[in-house]
Amino acid sequence: MPVNQALATYSDWTYAAAVVVYVVAAVLYLCEQAFSRAKAPRREAVAAGVGAGVGAGAGGDVRVAGTGADGTWTPGRVVAAPRPSRAERLGRMGLALNVLGALLHLASLVLRGLSTGRAPWGNMYEYGSLLTLAAVVTWLILVRSLPVRRLGGFVLVPVVVLMFMGGTVLYADAGPVTPPLQSYWLAIHVSIIAVGSGVLLVPGVASVLYLLKSSGRARFTRLPDADALDRVAYRSTVFAFPLFTIGIICGAIWAEAAWGRFWGWDPKETVAFVSWVVYAAYLHARATAGWRGRPAAWINTLGFALTVFNLFFINLVTTGLHSYAGVS
Amino acid sequence: MRAALAFLRNTWRGLTAMRTALTLLFLLALGALPGALLPQRSLNQQKVVEYIEEHGWWGRLLNRLQFFDVYASTWFAAIYVLLFVSLVGCLLPRTWEYAKQMRAKPVLTPRNLARMPHHGTAETGESVEDVMARTRERLRGWRLVEREEADGARSVSAERGFLRETGNLVFHFALLGLLIAFALGKMFGYEGQVIVQAGGGQFCNSGVFNYDSFRPGLRVDGTRLTPFCVKVDRFHATYLDNGQAESFQADIQYQSGADLESGTWRPYPLRVNSPLRTAGDRLYLLGHGYTPLFTVTFPNGETRTGATQWQPVNQVTLASEGATKFDPPGVTDAERRRREQLAITGLLAPTAAFHGELLDSGFPEARDPAVAVDVYRGDLGTDSGRGQSIFSIDQEQVRDGKLVKVARQNLRQGEQLTLDDGTVIRFDGVRDWVSLQVSHDPAQVWVLVFAVLVILGLLVSLSVKRRRVWVRAKPSGDGRTVIEVGGLARTDQAGYGAEFTALSRDLLAHEEKS
Repeated sequence: MPVNQALATYSDWTYAAAVVVYVVAAVLYLCEQAFSRAKAPRREAVAAGVGAGVGAGAGGDVRVAGTGADGTWTPGRVVAAPRPSRAERLGRMGLALNVLGALLHLASLVLRGLSTGRAPWGNMYEYGSLLTLAAVVTWLILVRSLPVRRLGGFVLVPVVVLMFMGGTVLYADAGPVTPPLQSYWLAIHVSIIAVGSGVLLVPGVASVLYLLKSSGRARFTRLPDADALDRVAYRSTVFAFPLFTIGIICGAIWAEAAWGRFWGWDPKETVAFVSWVVYAAYLHARATAGWRGRPAAWINTLGFALTVFNLFFINLVTTGLHSYAGVS
Repeated sequence: MRAALAFLRNTWRGLTAMRTALTLLFLLALGALPGALLPQRSLNQQKVVEYIEEHGWWGRLLNRLQFFDVYASTWFAAIYVLLFVSLVGCLLPRTWEYAKQMRAKPVLTPRNLARMPHHGTAETGESVEDVMARTRERLRGWRLVEREEADGARSVSAERGFLRETGNLVFHFALLGLLIAFALGKMFGYEGQVIVQAGGGQFCNSGVFNYDSFRPGLRVDGTRLTPFCVKVDRFHATYLDNGQAESFQADIQYQSGADLESGTWRPYPLRVNSPLRTAGDRLYLLGHGYTPLFTVTFPNGETRTGATQWQPVNQVTLASEGATKFDPPGVTDAERRRREQLAITGLLAPTAAFHGELLDSGFPEARDPAVAVDVYRGDLGTDSGRGQSIFSIDQEQVRDGKLVKVARQNLRQGEQLTLDDGTVIRFDGVRDWVSLQVSHDPAQVWVLVFAVLVILGLLVSLSVKRRRVWVRAKPSGDGRTVIEVGGLARTDQAGYGAEFTALSRDLLAHEEKS
């Protein structure tokens, strides 16, 4: 199928626009983080809502009085301030731009798919684009239910770095893929793995912040409650882990049809297996007394480091069957 | 005796403790990692040899510690066997506990529900019985038990989310099953590779000797392969202008089972992502390359044709190297034969691109084939007892002066060269060859079944919440009833709050409506 160059060009433009918008959004988020005072009213409201439920490790506390009013914490409801502070406004602008950036990002992937007439994740540039989009969308979903919006900058910075590298050193022109990739499993296996890895970026960032926050040093007091960070990490990991598992198993099914065996310890397979084991250890650690909190956060951080290692080192340095980077 | 028992018990407890399992998980991850970073024999024998040579004592040490066969090594096996023993030790009591809980009634309602992490209370004009009836209605689908309490109070304790533990157990048992099926496949499976010439070349899975390389499972001796035959009629590839491959296809015919008796051939288009599945085996198209065709006319007028596959040295342009070897015809004297054997070696370019006299390949398709050959005459060493590659000549014979280069020339299709003794070598063109792999794994369907169970178990165990709710209705004395609701999520899953809020609103807020 011939490549539609016009659409490919529009795809590149929207990609670049998404990166720029993300950068601005990240700056706004970081301003919110920098200008909001440690003892902001919002923060106290959060502490009252979430903190009470902490002991049980469950959601909000319910106090149904005779009047029928309930005390559950809902985003945007507890904050009674009629006029949001300047920091708050910056954060909201950041969030709006973040959504805009995600839409542009999505548009660039769709345009690439339309221009090449195949699933738009056939080389490393496209794979990285899907991965980062998954991370951003995960973040946007989590922000709706957890009071962590101003950490958006910390998620967007690695996203922007990955997208910048993808758009420069890893960039590959729109084109068809080689015969081994011409299978419907490309649409299934690669998308699931990319989305799974992208979602795992969020717990990676949250776990690093958790480690900083729980280190007890004064300069990290502005970070949100450690418990909220822990919940960000856990929720996104619990979503991504089955996805990652399904992705690996789909890969095995594809490998059986393409390479003659479902599992052969190809470097990519091996590191995927290793990170799967590490995330499994995270889930176990979080349910084991003595391993909750910092040890679990360390394990999650390690898992994310392995995901990044698998993306770059294994694709670009070692040679294996998964060498589809398209980087020359 | 007692001490020994205590020791065994402690070992068992230690092994099945969660922290041991976690440690073993980390060891498994750590142990698997070298396999991705160091060359592995199972993937590339040649690279392992090079690595050991380059790294001296370090390479030899790694070799002795089985670091080049990580996944077949004793220590890796020790880690996963211990992990699975630990898993079994954890699963057995949990399964027992699970079976007991399935039959047990939900626990008694705690005296003080206000202490529960989720809690609510309200007063209503309904009777205790009405509240209970309404509660039962609202908690349909929950496993619940109603109890009489002192002072005319009644309470319901309800529990939900047993599927979580079901999923958890299914996941872990399926992992065990997956490992066992994997191991069975490794024992009773085999993998063989063979190069077959297009244009009618045949291969039959009748014995190990038909393969170029054969990797048997531990319990496979190669005597009982499932018989089937394939014939490669044609291979065709299409390429983009930049040389990137667009499609590969080998048109083959095969016969298996009853077809072998009747001699029926069935056609199949063999492609990279669509293997042939027949007789319980799978046949894959792994690669392809070119065979240069040479016709040699010897001084006595006899001709011989040579068609030996050469191997690609550049995967993009398919420039290939190899050696086509000839015995002189009509020579029975071994001594004389050793003086007059011929070998044509060099480079084959499917699409010739000359840089001056230097030949290179410009494109992977055979558009304008040419060879740059070195012709050697003398003793090839084929009867020296040493094995030699079909892709090269024995360089030792060249060094010893037993094999001498007698010509070097570029030949395009149809061109020929003449040696000093009058022998004429003509390059007739190229023929495709394909590299095929036969795989046999009787257990892989079970691996798939267990893998699906792993996914299902995981999804259920991570999405279902195990939670309890208690409702107590107590006459307040003035004809009204106090309703108390308490809730507890049994797992660290967040999100029970919302469900409990809805629940308690329904159970408590009745009065506002009436």
